[in-house]
Amino acid sequence: MAVMDILQTPFPLGWQHYLLGGLCVGAGVALLFLFTGRIGGMSSVFSSTWSFALRRPFFQQARLVDSRGWRLAYALGLIGGALAWWLWRGGGVPESTDVPWWLLLVGGFIAGYGARLGHGCTSGHGICGLGSLQWPSALAVLTFMATAFLTANLVTRWIA
Amino acid sequence: MSIAKGLATLAAGAVFGFGLALSGMIRPEVVLSFLQLQDLGLALVMGGGVVVTLLAYKLLPRLLQKPLLGGTFGMHPSDWNRDTLRGAALFGVGWGLTGVCPGPAIAGLGAGNFTLLWAVLGIALGALAQGWMADR
Repeated sequence: MAVMDILQTPFPLGWQHYLLGGLCVGAGVALLFLFTGRIGGMSSVFSSTWSFALRRPFFQQARLVDSRGWRLAYALGLIGGALAWWLWRGGGVPESTDVPWWLLLVGGFIAGYGARLGHGCTSGHGICGLGSLQWPSALAVLTFMATAFLTANLVTRWIA
Repeated sequence: MSIAKGLATLAAGAVFGFGLALSGMIRPEVVLSFLQLQDLGLALVMGGGVVVTLLAYKLLPRLLQKPLLGGTFGMHPSDWNRDTLRGAALFGVGWGLTGVCPGPAIAGLGAGNFTLLWAVLGIALGALAQGWMADR
């Protein structure tokens, strides 16, 4: 039935904010490139920031140490941009989620491990990789879309 | 890192984060509704993001000799090997369990969704484990 519904009503919440939001995401990546030449995926900050604390060779690689400053600034900007949206449209109510904390922790761990092992996430492979027409990124996107689709649908069966 | 580059990076991140919030991607429920085929919005977000990025990555290096604040135009490093396959597959499992990926986990904090700190912690620990294993 879900397939029928999605064909009749592909965007039950409207489509404009999705497209505008996506264009903004792309504009952020484009601005970073225009000013600094940097490629702005988001998962690397979760590795590079460990380099401040850990002396192990993996975390002391030049590509992590040299980028840890700007990656943190970029992440801070992300928070600031979402805050600006919230002040404009949030209606004074903080965002929340019904996904339980333990699932966020466990799922986050798997996603973090996988993103770093596979050198990219939805923004690294999805936006930056596809945006530079790299076929390995296209395969990575197809792979994580497939496993995410399977997982999300199995979880609803089991939990809900 | 020069102050100008730092500010430009901060501003670029802010535009990115504003987009994530505007598009609803900071709401795990919206991402899950895409993965459960109830709302195709995420495809528009990704499509819009890719088109703008594609134009920037293709055109800017032709129009400019170097980025406005100096340096060189980079490239997304992209290899296809067993790690990419296994990593992407695992990433999708984690993403499908929660509806949360690295960018929205961080951006969501700016909109007051502090429950997402659990996801940020999880992703950070996952990245730690990956780096730790890589050294063994």
